[in-house]
Amino acid sequence: MLGVIGAESIDELFVDVPAVARRTGVVDLPLHAGELEVEREMLGLSRRNRSASEGPFFVGAGAYRHHVPATVDHIIQRSEFLTSYTPYQPEIAQGTLQVLFEFQTQVAALTGMEVANASLYDGSTATAEAVMMATRVTRRNKAVLSGGVHPHYVGTVETLAHAAGVATERLAAAIDAEDAVIAAIDADTACVVVQTPNVFGTATDVTKIAQAAQAAGALLIVVTTEAVSYGLLKSPGEMGADIVVAEGQSIGNGLNYGGPYVGLFACKEKYVRQAPGRLCGETVDADGKRGFVLTLSTREQHIRRDKATSNICTNSGLCALAFSIHMSLLGEKGLRQLALVNHQKAVALRDALAAVPGVEILTPRFFNEFAIRLPVNAAELVETLAANGVIAGVPFSRLEPGAGLDDVLLVAATETTPDLDITIFAKTLTKVLAR
Amino acid sequence: MRFTKDHEWVLVEGDVATVGITGYAAEQLGDVVFVEVPDVGKTVKQGEGLAVVESVKAASDVYAPVSGEVVEANGELSDSPETVNAVPEAGGWFARIKLSNPGELDALMDRTAYEAFLSTL
Amino acid sequence: MNMNTVGRPTRPEVAVNDYIHPTLTGARGLLQDEALIFELDCWDKTGVDLPDAPAADDLGDLVRTAPIGLPGLSEPEAVRHYVRLSQKNHAIDLALYPLGSCTMKHNPRLNEKVARLPGFADIHPLQPQSTVQGAIELMDRLAHWLKTLTGMPAVALSPKAGAHGELCGLLAIRAAHEAAGNGHRKTVLAPTSAHGTNPATAAFCGYTVVEIAQTDDGRVDLADLESKLGDHVAAIMVTNPNTCGLFERDVVEIARLTHAAGAYFYCDGANFNAIVGRVRPGDLGVDAMHINLHKTFSTPHGGGGPGAGPVVLSAALAPFAPTPWVVSHDFGFKLVEEAKGPAAQAFGRMSAFHGQMGMFVRAYAYMLSHGADGLRQVAEDAVLNANYIKARLSDLMSPAFPNGPCMHEALFDDAWLEGTGVTTLDFAKAMIDEGFHPMTMYFPLVVHGAMLIEPTETESKQELDRFVTALRALAGAAKAGEVDRFKGAPYHAPLKRLDETLAARKPRLRWKPVAAAPLAAE
Repeated sequence: MLGVIGAESIDELFVDVPAVARRTGVVDLPLHAGELEVEREMLGLSRRNRSASEGPFFVGAGAYRHHVPATVDHIIQRSEFLTSYTPYQPEIAQGTLQVLFEFQTQVAALTGMEVANASLYDGSTATAEAVMMATRVTRRNKAVLSGGVHPHYVGTVETLAHAAGVATERLAAAIDAEDAVIAAIDADTACVVVQTPNVFGTATDVTKIAQAAQAAGALLIVVTTEAVSYGLLKSPGEMGADIVVAEGQSIGNGLNYGGPYVGLFACKEKYVRQAPGRLCGETVDADGKRGFVLTLSTREQHIRRDKATSNICTNSGLCALAFSIHMSLLGEKGLRQLALVNHQKAVALRDALAAVPGVEILTPRFFNEFAIRLPVNAAELVETLAANGVIAGVPFSRLEPGAGLDDVLLVAATETTPDLDITIFAKTLTKVLAR
Repeated sequence: MRFTKDHEWVLVEGDVATVGITGYAAEQLGDVVFVEVPDVGKTVKQGEGLAVVESVKAASDVYAPVSGEVVEANGELSDSPETVNAVPEAGGWFARIKLSNPGELDALMDRTAYEAFLSTL
Repeated sequence: MNMNTVGRPTRPEVAVNDYIHPTLTGARGLLQDEALIFELDCWDKTGVDLPDAPAADDLGDLVRTAPIGLPGLSEPEAVRHYVRLSQKNHAIDLALYPLGSCTMKHNPRLNEKVARLPGFADIHPLQPQSTVQGAIELMDRLAHWLKTLTGMPAVALSPKAGAHGELCGLLAIRAAHEAAGNGHRKTVLAPTSAHGTNPATAAFCGYTVVEIAQTDDGRVDLADLESKLGDHVAAIMVTNPNTCGLFERDVVEIARLTHAAGAYFYCDGANFNAIVGRVRPGDLGVDAMHINLHKTFSTPHGGGGPGAGPVVLSAALAPFAPTPWVVSHDFGFKLVEEAKGPAAQAFGRMSAFHGQMGMFVRAYAYMLSHGADGLRQVAEDAVLNANYIKARLSDLMSPAFPNGPCMHEALFDDAWLEGTGVTTLDFAKAMIDEGFHPMTMYFPLVVHGAMLIEPTETESKQELDRFVTALRALAGAAKAGEVDRFKGAPYHAPLKRLDETLAARKPRLRWKPVAAAPLAAE
């Protein structure tokens, strides 16, 4: 091959590298290893993690453990889905494109919105994108965030908003006060951001917030971190949302220690030209046969460059596929039932924890997650319970250290939570608190 | 009708100028799929962005060839952007601007000059 | 004799080559014509078996009562639906996928296997850190490899893709300027040949983008760069190797000029696969660079994602890295999640959790498999393969930068197609008929009718020769005036060319229950 190229050595091909940066020999890292050795090494690391399936587990706060049907993982490992690129050549990417079209339709239906995009990275970055979009639509420059929005989502929004010169007003953390954003709306407000169920698990009818925002010329952005809740709770679209963003991990995707997940993004059709990310649309081919293409691409970075609606390129295609397959398997019937089972488990957990001396249930209306007040520091208690085999939940102080809610613990239950584990949790908690 | 080097055309009737893009520009852009026309009441200065015209693969700014206030915008283009390709120098107009500085027109090209300019491209 | 004449014919009876007809079902042999899930009349079905649960009486008006509109498929129906769809996709597992700038290399299946170990796949980002020490250690080790390979002192792991990494890098630069009282620096310089994400990211963080000119040999024009640097410039964004597939020969000088002007050097590391193990960006004066784990370190592209875009940072930028990050102690590993105390300069957070752990696992497995020696060979083989393609096609096609070697991708312009009536797009579509995915087209923007071919290290010489033979035959056909072969291509894909104008003029972005009239081409 070097002969064909006309080079004496591989080194000649790197002739443009400045001498100061040319490295002979290998860097100071281990040399190659066989499959057996690598697998052994990885297995060793994985064994030092306590997986959710090993015992009682009640962690939520933005990521939820659900059962993913075996079919989902089988299909997403098919070469044609796993090892293909973004479908820029539609004639040989109809598989991915039809999936995206179906995904967009599913997301629009779930959220109760007119249109949805082909996914963003995750729920938190989708929220930041939604805020930026609202400033473009309204040509205003301030976002108001409720005290129920996940603090890490708030952090993600604030980071980007600060750089983009968008003002943010975040209300103090509050368990059941999504409505409080109404008072903060003014003539500069581009959007209000509320979450339901919120980070404390509280489910809220946001209809009045939508009306107040829109009357003031602002958009309502509704955030959901638990997509399965759409199977039980009224959709944001039915309550008047302008933009809906959600973490789609719950459907079809594992916990994966925080990623990859899939950001759902839906909005009213009239705003779609300001939307971030890829969109798949229907069209026909030269023979008049139906087909799908990526469309409205002039919004995107590869065409609009510095005037694009977002800088996003790679999204969460394979996670969106997993979401769509799981959603197809569930159907409306299965989703509603799954949501009911989740709620039932959480109610059982509430009843069990309410009976523990010293524990106060804080969340008035919830889907599958709620907050409790403990007579002790929640972070310390979680460590103690972990040492006793129970992964109890998320201390709110881990999400927002300065909120003065060090005694608050967020706990979640799903269809994967055995009744016995709920009993074990309550008993262990009783014992630990009694010490 | 008068023309700019950025391929906008202007047709003045009284103190109102109708503005669009030339047939040459429409052909270069290819199939127009979306047009963003300005809001009525917007004040524009010569050379500022007036509208955006999009094909599948490109988005282009249309600059105001004259200064003034937008008094009418061609709302029909949102439903039928193909009009820009079909009749760019007639029904495919973008906006009507009430001139604030008619003297600006003097510096624009007439058709002969514009066509001579095109032949240099 | 005993003559049995009953039985099926065992030879084709007539020549049927010229008999082309549409099938009656829309299927074509193995390719099924697959409806949308919404068209299968499966509104009341479900493919999962869940226990019964009582109605949620405690939620009152909050309960969703109106129909949602979601079809359900049984397991066999779902499997068939998606398998049928999958067969309409090209994939790197099927054939060469020479998309320049995208790095479509083989995705080892061991990485998929280990990513699915319950100890990685079934752990929660917010469970107690004491229960996920192996995961945090993996992040620490991945960080060590990335820092060592790049010669940089720090890395932020949380960005979720390349563009997200660019954002992270620019936010760190912005924070550093603000901390130094240089918040007035609001301009980012980037070459015209840059990826679209560069200007988009800069604009996203409130910067104005000014383009840097390019020299005739496809590199940053130093004189132009110098004339545009100044007290208003926050950073330059330069891809190296650049999008023309060339190493920025003057990169050290670029860094020096940039630093002398008080600006930072952001390097787009999308093409790190060309130099990994051979060149450390830290030795070139880079301040920040994202690394696409889904390119250089082989995590699968998945039809458009997910990716991962860790960002390595210089000592000047390291204090401003976003939360969270890993620190190791005698007693174990800790993930610092809040910016307080010594971490107070962190610019914020990129997303809710710690990054794309699933990609970290795969990338780390790839690193262990290849090792320091194998990674160096990855770069060498990728560069060798690209130069081989360039050498074997240069007599028929026109290389955009004929002098000197290219790095991991070979760039051609469309000068060689002049007068043939065939465009870059036509040529690319005809490649589909020959079984190959087209190369990247019309990018970078600085080259007319660009064709950017990146073979990666995955391809053997045999496969490269097969590819070159096909391209040479096609080029010959184009020059011989076989315009029809190109204009109507692809003829043999699941669909013919699609009407993108119609899709954009009349956007139909979801299936709708009321049967709308079928879209007709205008």
